[in-house]
Amino acid sequence: MNLEDLKNRNISERDYINIQDNSSLETPWQEFKQVFKRSIKGELFTGLKITFIMMKEALFNKQMHTVQYPAEKLPIGPRYRAVHKLLALLESGENRCIGCGLCEKICISDCIRMDTRIDENSRKEVLEYTINFGRCIFCGYCAEVCPELAIVHGGRYENAGEQRAHFVVKDDLLTPLDKLAQQQEYEGFGAVSPDADEKIKKTPLEY
Amino acid sequence: METSIIIETIVKAIVILAVFSAIAGFTTYIERKILAFMQRRLGPTNVGPYGLLQIVCDGIKLFTKEDFIPQNAVKPIFMIAPIITAATAFIAMTAVPFFPEFEVFGYTIRPIIADINVGVLFVMGVASVGLYGPLLAGMSSGNKWALLGGARTAIQLLSYEVVSGLALLAPLMLVGSLSLIDINEYQSAGFTSWIIWTQPLAFILFVMAGFAETNRTPFDLLEHEAEIVAGYATEYSGMRWGMFFIGEYANLFTISFLISLIFLGGYNDLWFIPGGLAIILKVSFLIFFFLWTRASWPHVRPDQLMWLCWKILMPLAVVNILLTGAFVMIVGSLG
Repeated sequence: MNLEDLKNRNISERDYINIQDNSSLETPWQEFKQVFKRSIKGELFTGLKITFIMMKEALFNKQMHTVQYPAEKLPIGPRYRAVHKLLALLESGENRCIGCGLCEKICISDCIRMDTRIDENSRKEVLEYTINFGRCIFCGYCAEVCPELAIVHGGRYENAGEQRAHFVVKDDLLTPLDKLAQQQEYEGFGAVSPDADEKIKKTPLEY
Repeated sequence: METSIIIETIVKAIVILAVFSAIAGFTTYIERKILAFMQRRLGPTNVGPYGLLQIVCDGIKLFTKEDFIPQNAVKPIFMIAPIITAATAFIAMTAVPFFPEFEVFGYTIRPIIADINVGVLFVMGVASVGLYGPLLAGMSSGNKWALLGGARTAIQLLSYEVVSGLALLAPLMLVGSLSLIDINEYQSAGFTSWIIWTQPLAFILFVMAGFAETNRTPFDLLEHEAEIVAGYATEYSGMRWGMFFIGEYANLFTISFLISLIFLGGYNDLWFIPGGLAIILKVSFLIFFFLWTRASWPHVRPDQLMWLCWKILMPLAVVNILLTGAFVMIVGSLG
């Protein structure tokens, strides 16, 4: 589309055919003529022809639009924000969360809650981490503020549950240990860079 | 002799009732499949081969669903209304000859329950009593959508009774008999003797009136989902709702048989096709045509429907009668 087209896009004039003009029918004779013209035009039979061709294609060329939903699923856009995932550290399989509490603070629907304490190594430890999906509006702020990329949005969109309690299970969200190799990384602050393997150097203590 | 006729009639009645109830169920399946293919969907597929057992599932659901009667409904009328629709639809079939005569074990069976000499009049009359079903259902439901559906029943079915009656008059003038068997015999000389060639206008008018009277889609204002929820059937559930639809499909078959018998040569042999098969093919095509139009054409507004009926179809039907009358008179005076 060039600039002229962009400035001048009146869709009602370009792509659509105006069937009815605004001139009103004044005399009965005009009305009669219109009715007669439309009756012999065969528009109705054109409609029949189209549906018949559709049926022929569907029956013999298998041109269907049906998706057999539970067995077959449509691809989801890569930026779709669905149920959260808590990512694990690639080295140890531990949760990446450092307990900073930013996600809890920014959550506009107040659905994230975390309990932390300082453990014996004076490091912060996350005791409890819950996301109430019954309240979550999937705005994506939590994933945006997380400095460690510990919480991201996955593509799981089938959120039906039988009980409210089913929406707050952390174990479902954290990548399981045996699936660690399949964990997908998200680009951004804190993410492992694509060439991470080359960048690894031995620390002095290794020598 | 007397008892054999009674037994034969009872057997025929039961067979027709059973066969057409089953076919009504099967037609719902066919309708869903054909509409699906025309809109590039699959329709029922999950239950049984090609989704055929869907009929059974629907039947179980209809029979076991709670039969709900609203608080402000007029209870007895509300309960009777679906029975009127289903019953009149089946009563109308008594005077319809479905097949040619055939012999079983040397016993001649005539596949018509009552061969009355005013067959067409009886069928049209009983079918028009069927309008009480939706009308009373709509008025007794205590629901404004149902009431609107009932009001539309009155305007639509009553108006199109006029068109269908007048449209049938012209072919009846040619044949000179109201018996469907006589009308069928009139066309026994083969493809060229079909009444559709001499009365094309009456055929078109009768098919259009058939659409309106059987409440099929271009003219199904009675239960126009987009405008009035489900019209007269809004408050119905379970088997009462099911009876409306068995009645509707039975009416569909009656009107298809009537069109085949009166205009399309009936059950006369067609070239190499035996008569029984010929009429099944004609009726199947007409049913397909009814479904086809449902997939293709949009609804009309009530005012457009009335305009079409009283300003276009009714005058055309009268003109057709006048022309046929003049033709019959001139031919009669000449020969």
